Amino acid sequence: MADRDPVIVGVADTPLENGLVPGGLSPLQITAFAAKAAVEEAGLSLDDVDGLLTAGMWGNPGAGALPGLTLSEYLNICPRFTDSTNIGGSAFEAHVAHAAMAIEKGYCEVALITYASTQRSDASRNLGGRPAALTFQFETPYGMPTPAGGYAMAAMRHMHDFGTTAEQLATIAVNTRGWAMRNPAAMYRAPLTVDEVLASPMICDPLRKLDCCLVTDGGGAVVMTSAQNARRLNKPAVYVRGYGESHTHWTMGAMPELSRLVAAERAGEAAFAMAGIGPDSIDLAEIYDSFTITVLLTLEALGFCKPGEGGAFSEKGRTAPGGDFPINTNGGGLSYAHPGMYGIFLLIEAVRQLRGECGARQVAGVKTALCHGTGGTLSSGATTILANS
Amino acid sequence: MYQKPLPQPDAGTRPFWEAARAHRLCIPKCRACGQFHFYPRALCPHCRSADLDWVDVSGRGRVHTFTIARRPAGPAFKEDVPYIVALIDLEEGPRMMSNIVTGDVEGVRIGDPVKVRFEDVSAEISLPKFIPA
Ligand SMILES: [Zn+2]
Repeated sequence: MADRDPVIVGVADTPLENGLVPGGLSPLQITAFAAKAAVEEAGLSLDDVDGLLTAGMWGNPGAGALPGLTLSEYLNICPRFTDSTNIGGSAFEAHVAHAAMAIEKGYCEVALITYASTQRSDASRNLGGRPAALTFQFETPYGMPTPAGGYAMAAMRHMHDFGTTAEQLATIAVNTRGWAMRNPAAMYRAPLTVDEVLASPMICDPLRKLDCCLVTDGGGAVVMTSAQNARRLNKPAVYVRGYGESHTHWTMGAMPELSRLVAAERAGEAAFAMAGIGPDSIDLAEIYDSFTITVLLTLEALGFCKPGEGGAFSEKGRTAPGGDFPINTNGGGLSYAHPGMYGIFLLIEAVRQLRGECGARQVAGVKTALCHGTGGTLSSGATTILANS
Repeated sequence: MYQKPLPQPDAGTRPFWEAARAHRLCIPKCRACGQFHFYPRALCPHCRSADLDWVDVSGRGRVHTFTIARRPAGPAFKEDVPYIVALIDLEEGPRMMSNIVTGDVEGVRIGDPVKVRFEDVSAEISLPKFIPA
């Protein structure tokens, strides 16, 4: 192991009660507590942090418009590496990539990645909301519910192109619920059937309520450093072996192909090439599940199955507990929690699985895990490949 | 009084909205490579040329994909539910988002032929929408 190899040494997520952060904490309070927990788990203190990476949707317009500035001030950190890349929910996988490069270069020693959201407390999910200016002047006037409508149009096209069925999409929600039932922190833990998913109200055809992620609060933090630094810290290091990122569009009219994730293909290809492995070497995947269709498209884009075969792949139960390809083992955005930009929770769960800390939902013998975030409206993709040796 | 969000034309898009007000669908065509694009940009996305023309197009196209919104995109759309939001592939090539105005939302299919029909929503703005052709 090279001394400057980038590793993850601390993670933390904010405990929720029925999807809410107890006490009505502000996004800044949530961030501070998650950051403190993550650095202390590693055996570090906030004094050691010299790289600060964050993305979020709080306080904008206002203090959240320049979130790195506000957070460094609030935490009293003066970073020498800073990154507020915001490409939607995949931002945190991109942050791991950027922090990895900074650590390898010796540009910083301890990088802190954070996220916080109070969207459920604020009851702020707004299906319309985007000002009809600039690129959005050609979409907002037509009333596409965002983001569900865009994902629905992709699902509709995938059904048309490949014969994917509503039942197959539903199996993704069902398999994910199977994992949530083993996670005491998950919001939805009751058993779920395909028939129940199909009986849930239609939101945007062909997506039903149970094809859509939860709307919760949440907060999380990830701490990275070098392999050399990690030797004296508390937790076994989780190595960053590969990463990639890309994005193609934000408005749906500009998406290159409605039934294919070009950004995820590019991100995945780069990450696998860097890690020197292929999809067959992945023991566990944490795949952004804003909607069931997101998972299906991502499985295809990353090469876990062929284009058009995502439905059949999930239908066989391979991704459920006991299956040979575990994904979203915390219960995912569909059943665990989804505070707007979910990507940091993919990393947190993968790290805990690689450390063997996951109790009833622990996957045996995990050595290599993949996280893939999706942001915007199927717009951005960022992949992180992690390993415990 | 029209309550839904109105497009905010800018220097790069005003010719499109002015034509729409006259019930013409008018989009950029590149003089360098001959291809149309939408939405209007300063540079042709195909060849990066800035030598662009505004050209009236047929207003005919096909449904590339769509969804039926069962929940409105905000209160202003509440009375329209269920309504169709679609991506239309214009005969001339580009793809645009719009609504398909039809009494039979359940009958819409990918590949259906559609044609433009303008809806006057304010003194300045007419929205291009589509009806089954
Ligand atoms: Zn051109």
